[in-house]
Amino acid sequence: MIWLDTLVQGMLLGGLYALFAAGLSLVFGIMRLVNLAHGDLIVFAAYLVLMGVTLLGLSPWVAAVIAMPVMFTLGWLLQAAVLNRVLGKDILPPLLVTFGLSVAVQNGLLEAFSADSRRIPAGALEGASLDLGLVTLGVMPLMTFVSAILAIVALNGLFYHTALGRAFRATSDDAVTAGLMGIEPKRVFAVATGIAMVVVTLAALYLGMRANFDPSIGPARLIYAFEAVIIGGLGSLWGTLAGGIIIGVAQTAGAAVNPEWQILVGHIAFLVVMLLKPRGLFPRAVD
Amino acid sequence: MYRLTTRTRAGTATEIAVFVLVPAGLALPAVTSRGVIQDLFFILTMLTLAQIWNLLAGYGGLISVGQQAFVGIGAYAMFAGVILLGWNPVAAILLGGLAALALAVPTAFFAFRLQGAYFAIGTWVIAEVTRLLIAQWKALGGGTGTSLPREATSNIMGTDAIQALFGVREAAARDILAYWLALALVVVVTGCIYWLLRSRLGLALAAVRDNVEAAQSVGVDVGRLKWAVFLIAAAATGLTGALIFVQTARISPEAAFAVTDWTAYVIFIVVIGGIGTIEGPIVGVLVFFALRSALADYGSWYLMTLGLAAIAVMLFAPKGLWGLISARSGLHLFPVRRRLAGLKIEGGN
Repeated sequence: MIWLDTLVQGMLLGGLYALFAAGLSLVFGIMRLVNLAHGDLIVFAAYLVLMGVTLLGLSPWVAAVIAMPVMFTLGWLLQAAVLNRVLGKDILPPLLVTFGLSVAVQNGLLEAFSADSRRIPAGALEGASLDLGLVTLGVMPLMTFVSAILAIVALNGLFYHTALGRAFRATSDDAVTAGLMGIEPKRVFAVATGIAMVVVTLAALYLGMRANFDPSIGPARLIYAFEAVIIGGLGSLWGTLAGGIIIGVAQTAGAAVNPEWQILVGHIAFLVVMLLKPRGLFPRAVD
Repeated sequence: MYRLTTRTRAGTATEIAVFVLVPAGLALPAVTSRGVIQDLFFILTMLTLAQIWNLLAGYGGLISVGQQAFVGIGAYAMFAGVILLGWNPVAAILLGGLAALALAVPTAFFAFRLQGAYFAIGTWVIAEVTRLLIAQWKALGGGTGTSLPREATSNIMGTDAIQALFGVREAAARDILAYWLALALVVVVTGCIYWLLRSRLGLALAAVRDNVEAAQSVGVDVGRLKWAVFLIAAAATGLTGALIFVQTARISPEAAFAVTDWTAYVIFIVVIGGIGTIEGPIVGVLVFFALRSALADYGSWYLMTLGLAAIAVMLFAPKGLWGLISARSGLHLFPVRRRLAGLKIEGGN
C-alpha cells in the first residue's frame, strides 16, 4: 500500500502549499498583483513568531496570534504606501517593486538573524503521529491540512457573505465601476493585502514548526505557492487548494522514486497542467 | 526634399566615441592591473546581460524572470564541449550560444501560451527545471559541479601570444582574453540591438509595445516578432553565460542558474538605469558597480540597498536615472526615434 501512503502524505503536504498560496491567491485574484516577495514575507513572519517564542517565552500559537495583527498592519502599509502607487495596466512596475522588496527582505533577515537555519519549537507535537491502520499520519501535517481548509473556508465566507467580500469581488471584476458605486479600490486593496498577511502568518507558523528555515528559502516557497495559484485558476481559493495538492502529491511521488526528483516532479506537474490548461483548472475571473 | 532619419548630432558623437573607446579598451591591459581587468570583465558581462533583458522586457514586453536558464545552459554546454568533446574553451563558447538557442525553442513554445505574470513565473519554473535536470548530469559533476581541467585552461587559443605581448603570467593572460571577448560581445550585442531598433523590426517592436492591437492592424506579426526577440536574446545570453564561466573556470548548478546573479541584478541594473533605452543599462551598470564597491565590506546591506534603490526608482522615477537625465537635457546618445529631416517648417522648430 505504499502508493496510498504516498498519495495521502502528498495531499497533506499540499495543504502546506495551499496555505502558502492562499494569501497570494486572494491578492492576485482581487488586484492581479504578482507579489514576488510573498515567499520572503512568509519567512519574515516565521522569524516574527520565532522571536515571540524565544524572546517572550510564548507558545508558538500565542506568538502567531500576536504576530497576525502586526503582519496585517505591515501588509496594509505596504499596499497603501508602495504597491497602490505602481498598480496599473502595465504589470512590469509592481513586478519589479516586489522583486526589489524580495531581495531587500531576504538580505535584511540575513543581516538580522544570520544564515543559520532555525526552527520554531513545537514541543510534543513535533514527532506525534496517528496510526490509522492503512496509513500513519503525522499530527503536524494533518493540522496543517485542516488549517488550510479552515483558512480557505474562512476566506471564502469573507469573500461571498460579507460587505467587504462584495467590495473585493466588485473591485476584482471592474475597479472603475466599483469606484463609481462608492468603493475606494485602494482602501479595498490595502485591506486585502492585510488579510493576505494574516494568512501568511498562519503559513509561517506551520513552515517554522515543520522544518528548519533560513532567510534564503523564500523564493522556493513563492514558486510552489504560485504554481498552486496558477494551477487552481485565477480567483478560485478551492482551486488553489487543488493546485497545492497536485504539487504536493507530485513531489511526494517523485521523492518516492528518487529523493533527488522531489522538486523536479512538482515543477513538471505544473508545466503539464499549464500545457493542457493555460488558464488553470478552475478559473473564476477573466484575466 | 525631406527624408526620414534617426541620425542626430549626439548619435554621431556616440559613434565616434565608440571608435575611440573600443581600441582604447583593447589596449587597456597594457597599463592596468589584473584586478581592474577582472572588474571590467564583470561590468561588461553584466552590461551585456542587462542590454539583452532590456531588449526582452523594455522593447519586447517579455518580462522573463528565467534568464538564468540560458546563462546556465550556455555555461554547462561550454563545459560539456571542453570536458566531454575536448574542445578549446573559446570555441566551446559558441556551443553555449547554440545550447541556449535550443533550450529557447521549447521554452518559448510553452511560455508564450502564458500571459503577463504567468509568463514571468513560467520562465522561472523552466529555469528551475533546467537547473534540477542539469544537477543530475553526473559527467559534469552533478549537484556539486566541476572545474575546467588544467590542460584545457592552459591551452586556450591566443593566451600564449598575450603572455608574450604583455609579459604576464598564464592566469592573467586568460583574464585579458576573457576581457577582450567580453568587450567584443558587449559591442556586438549593443550594436545589434541599436541596429535592430532602427530597422523595420525595431519600428514593429515599438508599435507592439505601445499598442498591440494597433500594431496588428497595420500588419505587424506580433507572434513571430516575439519569437524572434526571445530566441535572439536566449542565444546571446547563452554566449555571455559561457564566457562568464570560461573566466571563472569552475561551475555548479547553484552558481550557473542563480536567479540573484543573472536575473535579479540584471533587472535592477535595467530598472535603476532606465528601462526601454540603450543608455539606461549603461548608466545602471555603473551605479550597480559603484554601489557594490562602496558597500563591499557590509555584506548583505549592499543587496538590501540595491533592492530598496530599485523600489525607490520605480516609485519616483519610473524611467530610471537615464530617464531623468534625458528629460532634463533632451539628450539621446543612441537615438532610435525617427524624425523628418531636411524640411523647414515655418513657425515650428
